[in-house]
Amino acid sequence: MMEYMIRFTQVHETFRVPEIKALAVLRGIDMEILSYSPSSPFCVVKLPSAEAAAQLVKRSILVKAAYELWGSGSSYEDLHDNVRGHSEHLWPLYKKNTFRFSVDSFQGTRSTTEQKKLIEGFRFLGFEGPIRMKGAEQEFCLLEEWQFNCAKLGVYEPQSVHLGRFICGSDRDSINKYDLKKRKYICTTSMDAELALITANITLADTGKLFYDPFVGSGSFPVACAHFGALAFGSDIDGRSIRGKGKSKPNLLSNFVQYGITDQFGDSFVADLTNTPLRKARLFDGIVCDPPYGVREGLKVLGSRDPTKGKEPIIRDGIAHHQMDSYVPPKKPYSFLAMLDDILEFASVSLVDNGRLSFWMPTSNDEDQEIKVPEHPCLEIVSICTQDFNRWSRKLITYRRIPDSKVVHTVREERVKENGVSADDLNPFRKGYFKGFKAAFR
Amino acid sequence: MKVLTLNFLTCAVKACKTTSASFPLVPKECELVSDTIAPNPTLLTNLLPRVDWPALGSIAVALGFPSLSPLPPTPADLENDTKMMADLHTLLLETQISEGSLVCANCGHEYKVKEGIANFLLPNHLV
Repeated sequence: MMEYMIRFTQVHETFRVPEIKALAVLRGIDMEILSYSPSSPFCVVKLPSAEAAAQLVKRSILVKAAYELWGSGSSYEDLHDNVRGHSEHLWPLYKKNTFRFSVDSFQGTRSTTEQKKLIEGFRFLGFEGPIRMKGAEQEFCLLEEWQFNCAKLGVYEPQSVHLGRFICGSDRDSINKYDLKKRKYICTTSMDAELALITANITLADTGKLFYDPFVGSGSFPVACAHFGALAFGSDIDGRSIRGKGKSKPNLLSNFVQYGITDQFGDSFVADLTNTPLRKARLFDGIVCDPPYGVREGLKVLGSRDPTKGKEPIIRDGIAHHQMDSYVPPKKPYSFLAMLDDILEFASVSLVDNGRLSFWMPTSNDEDQEIKVPEHPCLEIVSICTQDFNRWSRKLITYRRIPDSKVVHTVREERVKENGVSADDLNPFRKGYFKGFKAAFR
Repeated sequence: MKVLTLNFLTCAVKACKTTSASFPLVPKECELVSDTIAPNPTLLTNLLPRVDWPALGSIAVALGFPSLSPLPPTPADLENDTKMMADLHTLLLETQISEGSLVCANCGHEYKVKEGIANFLLPNHLV
């Protein structure tokens, strides 16, 4: 076992560890996190090999790069000693390689003159190979961690410094490839490329697996899952989002065409999750979705607002109304919390053992207005990640389907059903959102 | 819609889902098209246990394909028989229903397929 430095990017902090842990599970890599704090992008882990480190970060979205850790210290003197003590046996391996050094200062800056001086301090490594700024066989990096706001505080030295040998970069370039601005077909609620790809990683999308999004919209999640090789299925109660509009019709499928991933397109169909046509069987390895929470997109299911209405088919001039092409079935508003329960129940029926469910859920930042994370006896919570906005936030909640033999059957607490038929009565989050989260629940 | 997907779908009417007659849905006046998709042996091996084999057999015949063996192939069978692998790949993943209907043999409700997209929304009296 050797120590490695994972260099994260400075975004979506609460998603970092869940993503990297998911990738370790996916690749069957034994990983131990030795030091990590959400305020720092540097994470030291123990891994079996450099090959494992490469496998781990190669398809990560929140990692920038992985380094083999040659030493750490609280000052450069300290670091030099540490490198001498810990990694001297590694130096001869790279003696003849072409190489380069770079400096990565978190919350600090170094002029090129300073950088040069710091790098020259590592002359003792005894590398003889020529320096190549491009295409070097080995890349070394001085990773510095500075105190926040150091320039103002008059701090001129970093808190800690590390020396790492570059192992592998990540899949961050894909964020640009799948950028919504360049995507041919999107809708108002399309998930941005970065978060969709992270979601696909956390849900363990991979070659040979079957994934499903029951609120597919323009297909952001299936596209992200397909990028990682999964066969991606999606359905939506709104057929227009799947079929596209107009004659030339950019649609869900055209996104797969645009990215050259049509082999990974499973299927799309029009359906309502509360009346799903999918048979009750363990069909999917992963379920990923961002259910409509009723702000931009109303949450509706099949049925009439008036439960007494429409119990008989309507027949006009001998033709059943519902068999005509122009027929649009009635829909009624539905409770977001009831839908979350339905999603969990569906996932417990449809996921293979250890298959994962990830969904996005909005919540108010006021404690008394927070929505509880839903639970199910067959589903174990794997991770909860939060993206903060001003007065509200949304959470990505991920569950694992526990094998039946391990399920502890407890009586499921019946949720108090929301009364009423209007969208506001049914969706406390929607109500709170439009009232600016002021006294919405009082 | 792929033949694989058809194997995952039953009638959306709740009362039908518990009856055996509602699965598989019966293709009616269906137009078929075929896409070319790169073979993916890992996928095929993974998805076979999830396929209802007798239902796949009856659908294959209904769509004009040769009848399947009575029992599903084991992963080892698949690995050793490239032709069987290719045939199943064609049937499950490449063959698509582009137009037509899918009928529930229990309640008789017809689900339309247009431009490859099936519509499972139920009229009010069936919800």
